[in-house]
Formats: sequence, C-alpha cells, structure tokens
Amino acid sequence: MSTDSYVRTPRTRSRRASWSPAGAAARWVFVGIGLVFALVPFIWMLSTSFRTERSLFGSPMSLLPTEWTLAGYLGVWQQLPFLRLLFNTMVFAGVTTLLTLLFDSMCAYALARIEFRGRTIAFWLVLVTLMVPFQVTLIPVFVELFQFGWLNTYQGLIIPRATSAFGIFLFRQFFISVPRELDEAARIDGAGHFRIYWQIILPLAKPAIATVAILNFTALWNDLLWPLVMTSSPEMRTLPAGLALFGGQHVTDHAVLMAGAVISILPIAIAFFLAQRYFVAGVATTGLK
Amino acid sequence: MTVLSSVRRVTLRPRRRLTPALLFLAPSFIILGIFVLWPILASLWYSLHDWTIGAKEQPWVGLANYVELLNDSRFWGAFIHSVVITVFSVAGIILLGLALALALANDGVGNRIIRSAFFFPTVVALTSIGLVWRFLLDPDLGLVGAITRSLGLGNIGLLQSPQLALPTIIFVNIWRNAGFVMIILIAGLKGIPEDRYEAARLDGAGPWKLFRYITLPALRPTMLFGTLIMTIQSFQIFDLVYVMTGSGPLFATDTLVTMLFREGFVNFRTGYAAAISWSLFVVIVIISALQLRFFRYNDVD
Repeated sequence: MSTDSYVRTPRTRSRRASWSPAGAAARWVFVGIGLVFALVPFIWMLSTSFRTERSLFGSPMSLLPTEWTLAGYLGVWQQLPFLRLLFNTMVFAGVTTLLTLLFDSMCAYALARIEFRGRTIAFWLVLVTLMVPFQVTLIPVFVELFQFGWLNTYQGLIIPRATSAFGIFLFRQFFISVPRELDEAARIDGAGHFRIYWQIILPLAKPAIATVAILNFTALWNDLLWPLVMTSSPEMRTLPAGLALFGGQHVTDHAVLMAGAVISILPIAIAFFLAQRYFVAGVATTGLK
Repeated sequence: MTVLSSVRRVTLRPRRRLTPALLFLAPSFIILGIFVLWPILASLWYSLHDWTIGAKEQPWVGLANYVELLNDSRFWGAFIHSVVITVFSVAGIILLGLALALALANDGVGNRIIRSAFFFPTVVALTSIGLVWRFLLDPDLGLVGAITRSLGLGNIGLLQSPQLALPTIIFVNIWRNAGFVMIILIAGLKGIPEDRYEAARLDGAGPWKLFRYITLPALRPTMLFGTLIMTIQSFQIFDLVYVMTGSGPLFATDTLVTMLFREGFVNFRTGYAAAISWSLFVVIVIISALQLRFFRYNDVD
C-alpha cells in the first residue's frame, strides 16, 4: 500500500509557480470565497451554541455572540439523555471498530497469505459485498434482528457491522506487499499461521490498521440510518440518531441543538487534527481502486 | 522443537490445507453471509409478498408490489429527485473539487492548512451538517435569512419552498463533498511526471494547453473514480434530507432511500419497502457497471 507517498510528498516542486499576476489574484479570490463558505457554518455553529435566544434574534448577522451563555451546553444534559447517547455512540463505534479490525485482518490474512482451494471465489465474494449498497440489506437485517430478539440491543447494533468488505480489501492489499521470506523463516522455526499472523504480519501492518480504524470509527460514529432503524428507545440511541430526532421535535431550542452538534463533532474533529494523514491516506487508498 | 522435526513437518504438511484458512475466514464470512449476502436474496423474497414482520402468514402477491411501485407517483417523484440530486451534485462536486485541487496543489504550509479546511466537512457527521445548515438557512433565526433581509429580499425560506428546497439540498451536498474530490485529485496531480510539463513548455505550450493536453488527460482515471464514488453516494442520499427537510415540503425532496425508510420503518409495509430496495439495488448495479466499463476502457487507453 503506497498510501504514504500520497500523504507526504516532499518532491513536488512548484509546478504551478508560474501563476500570472491576474491568475494569482483570481486564485486568491476563489480560494478566499471558498474558505468563507467552508468555515462560516462551523463558526456559526460554535457561536450559536454559546448564544442566548435574545442575541440570536437581535443580531442574527453577527458571527460572534453579543451575549454569551452556557445554557446550550447545560440544556443538552437536561433535555436529552446526552450522557447515555455519548456512551452508546462510543460503545457502538468503538467495539464495532475493534471487532472489525480483528475479523478483517484475519480474513485478509487468509486471502493474502494462505493457499487454499476457493481463495479466488472467497475474494470475489468480498468484492461483491463491497458493491452492495447497505440500504438494500436494511429491511432483511431488521427482520433478522427481530427474529433474534436483537432489536434495540448493543449486539444488534454491533454484530452485523463487525466486518467490512472495504477493510478486508485494504488489509489484503497491504498483506500481499509483505515479503514472503518473513513467514517462510518463521515457519522453519515452527510457527503456525496464528503466530505468523499475530506476531509478524499484524505488527508490520500498523499503517493499515490505523487507516481502517479511523475510517471505520468515523463512519460508525457519524452513521444515522443504521442506529435510527435498529434502535427504538431513547436509551439505546446514538448521538446522530438522538440529535436528528431531537431536532425534529424542538425546533426552537437552537443553542441546545448546536451544543449537541458541537459535542458530537468534537471527537472526530480532534482525531482529524491529530491524525489527518490517516484520513487522507484512507481517501487516497480508495482512489487506488 | 528441534530443527529436524520442524523441517519434517514442513515437508509432510500438504501445501493446500483448508482448516487454518477456514478459521481465519470464518468470522468475517459468517457476518457477511448472514447480514449482507443472504439479505440480498431475502429482500427479493419479501418483495414478492405482502410481508408483515412477525405475522404467521405472509401472503404471496407475486409482482404486485412492483406493479404498485410503477404506478406510484411518490416512487417516480423520489426516483427523479434522486437522479436530479445525483447529476447536479456530481457535476458540482467534480468541478469544484478540480478547481480547488488546481488552486491548492502546491505543498506549501498555507495550502496544507487551507486544504484541511475544505477536507474537514467530509469527515463530519451529515446529521450535524444538516442541522447546522437548517439553522443557517432558517428565514427567521439564520444567517442567510438575515443576509437576504438586509439586501431587501425579504425572508426567503429556502428549505420551506417546494421549488428551492431540492437545489438547496444539492448545494449542501456539494459543499460537503467537494473536499473529498479535491484530495484525490491532488494525489492524482502529484502522480503526473514533471518532465511532461517541461517538454510541453519547450514546445511553447501555454498554461491552458498544459492543462488541456497534459493535466486533464492524466487526471481522467482519478476523476472517473471520484465520479463513481460520488454518484453512488449521492444516489443513496438520506441523512441530509432526513435532517434538513424530512422529505418535504410536499415531498419535494423525497428520495429513494427516504421513501424506503418511510415505507419500511414508519408505515411498516415491509414487502413494498423491499421492492423499493431491490429497485435501488438494480439501479446502482447498472450505474456501477456502466462506470466500471468506462474505467476498463480507460485502463486500456
């Protein structure tokens, strides 16, 4: 997986250094307007979460609050089972990601490093599931979870999502690039597949693990449709589902709603600023086809 | 274990052994089998019934659900909205993404920071984005309402207007995803060897010719890939519509997935919703197949 070359490319010397003065000016105007559009919604969200009702009605044009208040952040805990939502989202996104990392890397190990009959078919099956839109499976999975008695439970939220074809694909591409000599040597020393997988291949796969972990965690943390369908009680909702339903009911409680949105974005935003290159690597890897 | 015995084990062990492979594959394949592969078939099966969850008998209705679907103006409305959202979103996302990539391709510190700002919306929950934009666009409370008032245009409720709600959804969808295409196109730009530009410059090519005859052809595979991803993603749009308009006003922003959700999990017409999901599946398979053909054509190029 040559993702790192996409992330840090020191070699790009200014190919486009030859902007004409007019071109350079146009470029800055374009980028500047773009930045305003990109940033203002987030600034507005942040400031509205600290704003009083009067400040919002009085001067909706101003980007900064004229009156500051923490009422939004206090209200979020009172008007929503917010701690529970936060906890559910962490359990759902966290546990599912851990299971996905384990299962996907195991599956990919078999597909990349073990020769067995039917390997090609197995890999094709993975590719097929990669192309199936998940909305198509929504109704039958709902019926299955109903039959298992798993609706509105953590296992119902987690187990069906605990593997991802994309992760298997990405791990396989990575494992294939690891030199064969490494596990040949280990096998001479008597190591079985489990030891080779656990002690040799996985420790080498840290970039792939980080990429799959971040992509998966973000997708699950942000997911709306899945938890909306598979949970029914407020105590089992995740943040997006809880906020979407809350937003549908209490249209006027703007500060509370924006505070909820800010808190729900925060973990992903922090991860983004600390580990942006893995987000980029994930995107660039999907670009490798 | 002595060297000798391990060598013997290696030579005695048959090369193709199924058991370890099966153990490694089992967790993922059990989950994919039960929760992805089987449901595709089950979905087809349900769509041929008047299915009620938990009922003892599920009356077989043959193709009646599909016939009803073809005569349902809501379905055609949702289908057309999905197509319109997809076409305009993808065009906007690709054009804007390309413009941003060209403007920010150099790896200066400033450009990197600016790129982050454009990339950030693509990692944030669509629910939060939808909520923020709904408030921003609120005619009484929002920033956009305040701006239109100060310009003397009055209170314009973009999301409350049956004509303007769909274009507004498209706008927010473009706003959210342009950064994604920007990132993959910048990766693509870096893959273009510098000497091609040098050679063309020596031949006297100006900036436009460099773009037209070197940059654009070299970016084609990446742009096609971005088109594929964005087409599929836009066709499955749910979160933004659910949060911003709830399919309204007057179903003006209803899409296939919001309709699927409503029929399946609000009205509990399971068989009918399964028919919608199969239609969605078929459309997406056709789109992917067409675009993959496009890809292959391109690879030969």
